[in-house]
Amino acid sequence: MAIFSVYVVNKAGGLIYQWDSYSPRAEAEKTFSYPLDLLLKLHDERVLVAFGQRDGIRVGHAVLAINGVDVNGKYTADGKEVLEYLGNSANYPVSIRFGRPRLTSNEKLMLASMFHSLFAIGSQLSPEQGSSGIEMLETDTFKLHCFQTLTGIKFVVLADPRQAGIDSLLRKIYEIYSDFALKNPFYSLEMPIRCELFDQNLKLALEVAEKAGTFGPGS
Amino acid sequence: MSRQANRGTESKKMSSELFTLTYGALVTQLCKDYENDEDVNKQLDRMGYNIGVRLIEDFLARSNVGRCHDFRETADVIAKVAFKMYLGITPSITNWSPAGDEFSLILENNPLVDFVELPDNHSSLIYSNLLCGVLRGALEMVQMAVEAKFVQDTLKGDGVTEIRMRFLRRIEDNLPAGEE
Repeated sequence: MAIFSVYVVNKAGGLIYQWDSYSPRAEAEKTFSYPLDLLLKLHDERVLVAFGQRDGIRVGHAVLAINGVDVNGKYTADGKEVLEYLGNSANYPVSIRFGRPRLTSNEKLMLASMFHSLFAIGSQLSPEQGSSGIEMLETDTFKLHCFQTLTGIKFVVLADPRQAGIDSLLRKIYEIYSDFALKNPFYSLEMPIRCELFDQNLKLALEVAEKAGTFGPGS
Repeated sequence: MSRQANRGTESKKMSSELFTLTYGALVTQLCKDYENDEDVNKQLDRMGYNIGVRLIEDFLARSNVGRCHDFRETADVIAKVAFKMYLGITPSITNWSPAGDEFSLILENNPLVDFVELPDNHSSLIYSNLLCGVLRGALEMVQMAVEAKFVQDTLKGDGVTEIRMRFLRRIEDNLPAGEE
């Protein structure tokens, strides 16, 4: 998927909506026998690969699932510690799924409010008066586009660098917000958006934008 | 009124009679509930405010107008774009104060009061007070504190309906970045 995530940030910098696309490319599931030839370590409540790389499993990847059952931080679904479990030869052969560690919702909240502050710095650093905040952030793997409305709400989209048409996508997301979130009388302003119609229409709009946008290789 | 996922046209046509009836039912129910015209006026203003804070985003998303830099620009946008978009009428702007912080919107016909007559026992009811709340709420979300009130009303025997808008101050707290 060429559009990776969508974030909506309210006036105070709080994250009120978040959507991530699921990218199976970033994950690898393999069967292992004892002893494990990858070195695992515990870091930040997650089990990560510290050393050893093969078959699509890289350093920094986290253990996502063991034998098909999703792992919960450093514990398996049954409550056993992952490192202990994998250190015991009786549990082998075992199938482990590795992948890029996903951000927890707390981390996403923190990143959103950090972005909110950075956005303001963008306009303060400007040599010209009345500059906007950060509109685009570019790295080699993605481009972050941000649109701030006159009322202070920010719509942030992370997409493939080659993806075109994100500006009109941002405006479309603004329209979808003003329709399915604001016109829902049970939705309170500035609060997290939990409206199904908003989700559905957002996904539709993302699909349309992806089809219309990328014309490069790998799309 | 249900919305389909793909909206081809910009706005859906709806009978204005249904709108007049709905608004009328709202006002009469409020009169029954509160019995006191002043309270009804306050409730209408509050309801209008809640509509206004949501309507402004819809307006900005659809109309693509940029930020207004002074009250005159604001007045123009309100009369020529907003009223036209939502009520289908274009009020005229008159009676600017010397300092440029007050103006009047003159509505020749007000869609809310088609077929309405105010009885004598509700002489201090401001029937269309919802509109004042909407204007106040919408402008507050774009950092302008204003006061809106009816000074003439066709329901009370005046020739036209006149809303007086007064600019109070710019709302400085929680300014979006880049708007200083």
